[in-house]
Amino acid sequence: MDLSIFGYQFMQNAILSAFLGGIACGAIGVFVVLMHMPFIGVCMSHAAFAGALLGLWLGFNPLVGAFALSLIAAAIVGPLADRGELSPETSVGVIFSLMLGLAFLFMGLMPGTKSGALELLWGSILTNTRGDIILLGIVTIAVVSVVFLFYKEIKATIFHRDMALSVGIPATLMVYGILFLTGATITASLRSIGGLLIFSLILNPAAAAYQLTYSMKRMFLLSAGFGVFSGWMGLLMSYLFNVPSGATIVVTSSLIFMLAAIFSPKRKVKGWKTKPVLEAGGE
Amino acid sequence: MNSTVINIEKAVVSYREDVALRGVSLEVHSGEFVGIIGPNGAGKTTLLTIVNGLGKLLSGRVWVLGNYLTGGNGYSLRKKVGYVAQVQNIDPRMPINVREVVMIGRYGLLGLLRRPGKHDWKIVDEMVELVGMSHLARRPIGHLSGGEQQRVAIARCLAQEPEFFLLDEPTASLDWKAQTDILELVKQIHGSRQLTTLFVTHDLSCLPVACNRVVLMKEGLIWGQGSPGKLLTDDNLSQLYDMSILEVKKRRGENILV
Repeated sequence: MDLSIFGYQFMQNAILSAFLGGIACGAIGVFVVLMHMPFIGVCMSHAAFAGALLGLWLGFNPLVGAFALSLIAAAIVGPLADRGELSPETSVGVIFSLMLGLAFLFMGLMPGTKSGALELLWGSILTNTRGDIILLGIVTIAVVSVVFLFYKEIKATIFHRDMALSVGIPATLMVYGILFLTGATITASLRSIGGLLIFSLILNPAAAAYQLTYSMKRMFLLSAGFGVFSGWMGLLMSYLFNVPSGATIVVTSSLIFMLAAIFSPKRKVKGWKTKPVLEAGGE
Repeated sequence: MNSTVINIEKAVVSYREDVALRGVSLEVHSGEFVGIIGPNGAGKTTLLTIVNGLGKLLSGRVWVLGNYLTGGNGYSLRKKVGYVAQVQNIDPRMPINVREVVMIGRYGLLGLLRRPGKHDWKIVDEMVELVGMSHLARRPIGHLSGGEQQRVAIARCLAQEPEFFLLDEPTASLDWKAQTDILELVKQIHGSRQLTTLFVTHDLSCLPVACNRVVLMKEGLIWGQGSPGKLLTDDNLSQLYDMSILEVKKRRGENILV
């Protein structure tokens, strides 16, 4: 195998992007999985895709459009689901299809070549620029610092939001802060992974980590680790078989999830009372 | 008489079209054990939420621990109020253990950017011990039974070192043994700490013996209050639940098997 390719600038950029995106998506995924909000995440990622296309069509920075539209989607779906006015399934159905519809509408209205739009659809980590990496770096640092600085508030909010509120933790602020970071992460990873695929890189590593540990701290670490591994393995596959990197990254993360689900010690929950399978972590 | 710690004046709360409280006034003194009973939808839970600042008043005012509740001081108040809700549905795979759940009680007190220290863990372990859950301290919370989870919830409240204790149907959906265990634990805590306690239930048989005073609620109003013996008469219950006195007598007579 000829690995001299890793000496090139574009490959190093891609490796760095996969590393940063894997950490940010992995950490965000823990929120998504434990707070049972995949529906909001799916809506947000498709909204980001639609927003980016709007930017391409009207000639402003696609990432600005992506960020704005994903936050708008969160601002619509979040409170609706929060107040129980719409069931999550219904709101995801409505918003998700609307966003996809808008995306294709903007794509149709766009004059000229559609290659830029298609790139946003399935991502192309190999064309990431220095600017993309700086943006990803900033978002990843923000996500990691928030998790680190507000770990105890986040833990309480994830565990039970009403209970967190009742002990005097600003849980609502935490939830909306998390949604904001989700939007930022989706936006920053959009170019590398693509609008249709980004959500699996958020969901799969965290869902895999969820199968493997009873400690929230370890779940964050495992999830970020799986995210990075998916990115690197996917990149290697993409290079070896000459296929879109977003696709190989997502397929790798799905394989990790399947393995974790098959070998999960949590499947043996029944045996717990008699014989501890895993010791839950703690300080 | 001990000093007043909670004073609710003509509180009105409404959710959309429904009025949950229609002008409720209630005074609670330090160290009291107040049982709040009434049918489903009487406004009992809403009454608790205005005491810890989670409910929004349409009119009236609530004075708690020396301050009138405003939109802004709810957070600092809640740090001093222990709240136990009904048994919650907790995912058995949730990655958080019993000790960590009890520690959450201290998170509000600690405030932002501060991590729990040795002192906090010591309090947590004492409370876990007090509710008899030390042997399960490192188990994931989702693996515990409903009764055990309620014990943990009580330990979490105590770890908060609260000024008072709000219990919202803590025994609902528990089996008889777990119910009586929880009632005994609440009674014991009230007895040893003289912690002001508000205990909400729709189930007459779950009203702890330790209650000094019972408040009857119906359709968003306080319908009567007084000592349990005087208030819980067949006559009052028949009006509270819209049943004939004969029916109440019959049911009260026959439904207690134990």
